[in-house]
Amino acid sequence: MGKLTIGTFSSLVGSVSLDFAIKLSEAAIKKGHKVDLWVSGNATMISKKGQKAFKDYSALAKKVQELIATGNLQVTACEACAEARGYHKEDTMEGVKRFSMDWYLASTFSADRVLHIGGD
Amino acid sequence: MATKKLGFVIRTLPYKIEGSRLAMTHAISSQTVEIYLEDGDLVEPVVCFIGDGVLNCLKNQQAMKNYGITSLEQHVKNSLLLDLNVLICKEDVDKFGIKEDALVMDAEDIGGETKAKIVPFSEIQKAMESVDHLLFC
Repeated sequence: MGKLTIGTFSSLVGSVSLDFAIKLSEAAIKKGHKVDLWVSGNATMISKKGQKAFKDYSALAKKVQELIATGNLQVTACEACAEARGYHKEDTMEGVKRFSMDWYLASTFSADRVLHIGGD
Repeated sequence: MATKKLGFVIRTLPYKIEGSRLAMTHAISSQTVEIYLEDGDLVEPVVCFIGDGVLNCLKNQQAMKNYGITSLEQHVKNSLLLDLNVLICKEDVDKFGIKEDALVMDAEDIGGETKAKIVPFSEIQKAMESVDHLLFC
């Protein structure tokens, strides 16, 4: 079993990069790996609770929660990026942590592989 | 005790998206990463500007005046102040017709001693090959 660290800056809506990151996380977890998912910049919005699913937009909250429940996905949001977007601690999805950017670098330290999925 | 090297490869334009700013702030956060690691363990970033990304290094950016936000120029200077290794692709600088004196090459005005380096892409490739993990931003 390995550890995969995925970092992403991409939007929840308007880009399918986050969809890819979640699908990749799911595939890795199914293979028995652990995944750290760092969401920064616009990507922080994937970790906000209260998302409503519309068929016109990516809806990833349910899948993220299912993956967190496996115990093999740790989602951590950039605290400053979240606060800058008016997304406060009490708005955070259950099971998601909030830290500063150095958390991501620390996660890469112990990762077997790091995938950074750009921005938009 | 170990050191993990991270290569931040910045290809995105300044201001148009957040990628280059986030790349630099993440690289700078290596200065405080020890709080999460065992004693003696370190994360060492190298910051490489290639393609459109070299435009992040232009001097005299007016971000505060026009957008009310800190400039990417200041982020480059902060990286140098913290002694991060900053590499700028020579071929891409040449393609844009940018002269060295138009780029942020040091942070002397804020007390920095480390200088940025304009290097051929082959040197950036070597840096990319030398790191444990690459992060394209």
